[in-house]
Amino acid sequence: MKLFIIAFKNLKRKKTRSVLTIGGVAIAVAVLVSLLGFNAGYQIALNNDVDKMGYQVLVTAKGCPYEAATLMLKGGGGLRFMEEEVFDRIVQDERIDKITPQLINTVFDADKDGGGGFTMFMGIEKSYLTLKPWTEFKEGEWFSDENADEVIIGYEAAELEQRRAGDKIFIPGIDKVLTVSGIFERTGTQDDGVIMLPLKTAQRIFDLEKKLTGIGIKLKDMTELPAFEEDLYDEASIQVISMAQVKGTIMNLISTAQILVTSVAFIAIIVAIFGVVNTILMSVFERTQEIGVMKAIGASKLDVFSLIWYETILICGLGGIVGSIIAILAGNSVEFFVKKLLPYAPEGNLVHITSGLLLLSLVGAIVLGLVSGIYPAYRASSMRPIEAIRSGE
Amino acid sequence: MDNILESKSIKKYYHRGSETVKALDGVDFEIASGEMVAIVGPSGSGKTTLMNIISCLDNPTEGQLKIAGKDVTNYTESQLIKIRRENIGFVFQQFYLIPTLTAKENIELPFVFSKKSIDPQRINTVMERVGIQSKQNIQVNQLSGGDKQRCCLARSLMNDPAILIADEPTGKLETQVRDAIFSLFDELVQSGLAIFIATHDLELAEKTQRIIHLQDGKIVQREESSLYW
Repeated sequence: MKLFIIAFKNLKRKKTRSVLTIGGVAIAVAVLVSLLGFNAGYQIALNNDVDKMGYQVLVTAKGCPYEAATLMLKGGGGLRFMEEEVFDRIVQDERIDKITPQLINTVFDADKDGGGGFTMFMGIEKSYLTLKPWTEFKEGEWFSDENADEVIIGYEAAELEQRRAGDKIFIPGIDKVLTVSGIFERTGTQDDGVIMLPLKTAQRIFDLEKKLTGIGIKLKDMTELPAFEEDLYDEASIQVISMAQVKGTIMNLISTAQILVTSVAFIAIIVAIFGVVNTILMSVFERTQEIGVMKAIGASKLDVFSLIWYETILICGLGGIVGSIIAILAGNSVEFFVKKLLPYAPEGNLVHITSGLLLLSLVGAIVLGLVSGIYPAYRASSMRPIEAIRSGE
Repeated sequence: MDNILESKSIKKYYHRGSETVKALDGVDFEIASGEMVAIVGPSGSGKTTLMNIISCLDNPTEGQLKIAGKDVTNYTESQLIKIRRENIGFVFQQFYLIPTLTAKENIELPFVFSKKSIDPQRINTVMERVGIQSKQNIQVNQLSGGDKQRCCLARSLMNDPAILIADEPTGKLETQVRDAIFSLFDELVQSGLAIFIATHDLELAEKTQRIIHLQDGKIVQREESSLYW
């Protein structure tokens, strides 16, 4: 029999107290795992969303660059328009590898999702596919011509609208009926919820002749970006946004929420530490005579210190395991909650819990046990055997 | 017979404000192997203080204490732990067993603390000797008082001590059980173990080979002892 087994059996002495303390640690660990999982998951999902836009540089009409970038990413109304001639000028630049113009417009559909909602329409050209080579057709094909009254629907939008290639689709507000020429495979990006139509058709039916909302650009060499940006600086009506900047800015926006959640996690950890110290200290005081007898029959200071330390490590270790399980099981709920709170939530899993993260949390919980156990273990090991034995007499 | 314990002019003084309390004031006695000695005295006579000092749980203010031929008077705490592990067994009135462990696990504790590998044969021999073998897997809080004391006795014998120190060992036991425990003590003494018993139970004390009467921190003659008046 080892000290570790004695420590484990000691925890069973006051089951309710032990369970509650383990629960406290578990909650702290679950919050921490979810937070770290969210940090990692959000970054991955954002990178995925931005990378799958296919371009590194976005040219939009002058305004708030990050609002524009977020609207391009997320969709929504309120985008400013720029003149198409800007595109005609920029396309001549030899530093450009690939370029595509876009016109985004949203239409309110009173029947959408039961309570009404916006549907996003995007006018595109075939160059759009060169920037997103991973895009594949689930069914159907590209528009029959660049002015056709046709749409290509994203995977999720097609499921929502229950449309197949060849079906008709009605655009409320402008009372226009278009034909579905194709449906894209799932991409895991915002494109899945978008309805695309030829750029010229979009300009015509939305009454936005010669207007664009953005130009996506992939440079041959990204180190050319500062010079490229500088050259476009003189264009009064436009602004250049690098997607790396967009990622950074969105992460900065999210950092406020992260600080809040980190504070909650920090408080939960402090509460858990106090809970563990309190539980173990009470247990030590209740066992004063027993500890005195252990020392009388040959237990050294180190034996007693280790015994109490093992108890805190066990509480925190078990709390760590339970907390990790809670974090895994509650991952979807956390994601649902977080998505509702955040101004911009990328597609995909926002809470990314890896085995490395779980291991780190378990180690963290054990370290928490080591720290929490120092004082109670010190108190127990410092007891003088005679005084300890006499304490209950 | 060799003396297993020698106490020479042991004094223990405490200070209470400006007053000096002489808990022990020059106590001389010896205990040899195979001897059972009882210490009796009224409350406040210094019995417990003497027990603590000869158990190596406390240091005397003055005097000399030898256990198994070693002068332990000025030993450090870690040296005293070693002496307790190797030479002294303890039996308590309150048993002080760990309630979450079985009888056998309690008995194994001295092995755990002395970092020795557990010797199953030794455990079985000791359990058989004190009559607890059939209850070895029962959690101690489910045992009767007599069985708890047997368990406590077995625990004290695990490291094969030279002296057994028993503090009111039969204080909480019924007469029949008390006699059984005393018989065990008797057997152990015959096998060479020295036993030192502190008790208020004069009937039990009378059964030992020698009685030390303690009063006001000093050893007195039987006729001087207030217990007999």
